[in-house]
Amino acid sequence: MKIRLNGQWTETKARDMAELRREVYAVEAMEEQQRRCIWIVDGFQTEENLSLREGMTINWIEKGRMPERSAMESMLCARHTPHVYEKVKQAHIAIAGLGGLGSNIAVMLARTGVGHLHLIDFDIVEPSNLNRQQYLISHLGMYKTEAMKDMLAQMNPYVQVDIDTVRIDEDNCAELLKEDDIICEAFDRAEAKAMLTEQILCHYPEKTLICGSGMAGYGPSGTIVTRKITDHFYICGDGVSAAQPGNGLMAPRVTICAGHQANMVLRCILGLKDV
Amino acid sequence: MIQVNGENFDGFDGLTVAEVLKAQNYPDKMIAVECNGAIIPRGKWAEQTLADGDHIEVVRFVGGG
Repeated sequence: MKIRLNGQWTETKARDMAELRREVYAVEAMEEQQRRCIWIVDGFQTEENLSLREGMTINWIEKGRMPERSAMESMLCARHTPHVYEKVKQAHIAIAGLGGLGSNIAVMLARTGVGHLHLIDFDIVEPSNLNRQQYLISHLGMYKTEAMKDMLAQMNPYVQVDIDTVRIDEDNCAELLKEDDIICEAFDRAEAKAMLTEQILCHYPEKTLICGSGMAGYGPSGTIVTRKITDHFYICGDGVSAAQPGNGLMAPRVTICAGHQANMVLRCILGLKDV
Repeated sequence: MIQVNGENFDGFDGLTVAEVLKAQNYPDKMIAVECNGAIIPRGKWAEQTLADGDHIEVVRFVGGG
């Protein structure tokens, strides 16, 4: 029968996992290898001697070692619903701003397996960012674009990450974002959010824009929602909680809002336009 | 009659987008404006005149991210 073994369609005579292991391992080091290997059958890690079925997806890796590319990619998508991975792999997503929203959106989309991420930010990582942004102490002083590219490479090395270390303004906006299908607005300032919205909807009515507005403080989680303005324009947040003295930005609500944006990106990639 | 964010207003017919925004006390900088589903760039707010049946959607942003 044929099974998908570490990302490759493989013909096997094995009828169960024990027989498959005997096919895979070197005979002289069978016991040693069994001790060091993990087996994942259709997205589920198991040591049971399960029967094999035609078309099963089986991954095995040696603990603590970086697997080959095809095995690694197969592992990353092992828990996806079928056909989702193929679509997300083709997507080109821009993230405008890499602060609390953008850094979290980037991490979620990379872990989801989005094929092409375009990260844009002009700023460097500062200590005041660490309360809600994904960066580490070791990134202090680095450009956020470079720090994030570095982090994403450690999470999913098969995402193509392009960076632009510039401030987005009315003049460069259309040129910067021309290759991207979906754009996440992840700026801090309300004026900048409005500027990007106007520019994108004006120049690229066919692209999809997903904004964040209203996520400061520690108000109820459930007031953060995704609102659909048109088929190509969504706003996530509670719409009112501005960051201001006495109402700062905190990790939980910023991350909830980023999750709304990232999930809407995923839904748009899959052609699901409702909220 | 002109609709602004789902609410109907008499007396806005013939006004410009800028005049309606002012009448509704919207801030100048933190908003994006759509008319009948198409964005109106801020440079056109003072020129574009509204007619009976137009739908305006004013999207207001707050800071933080």
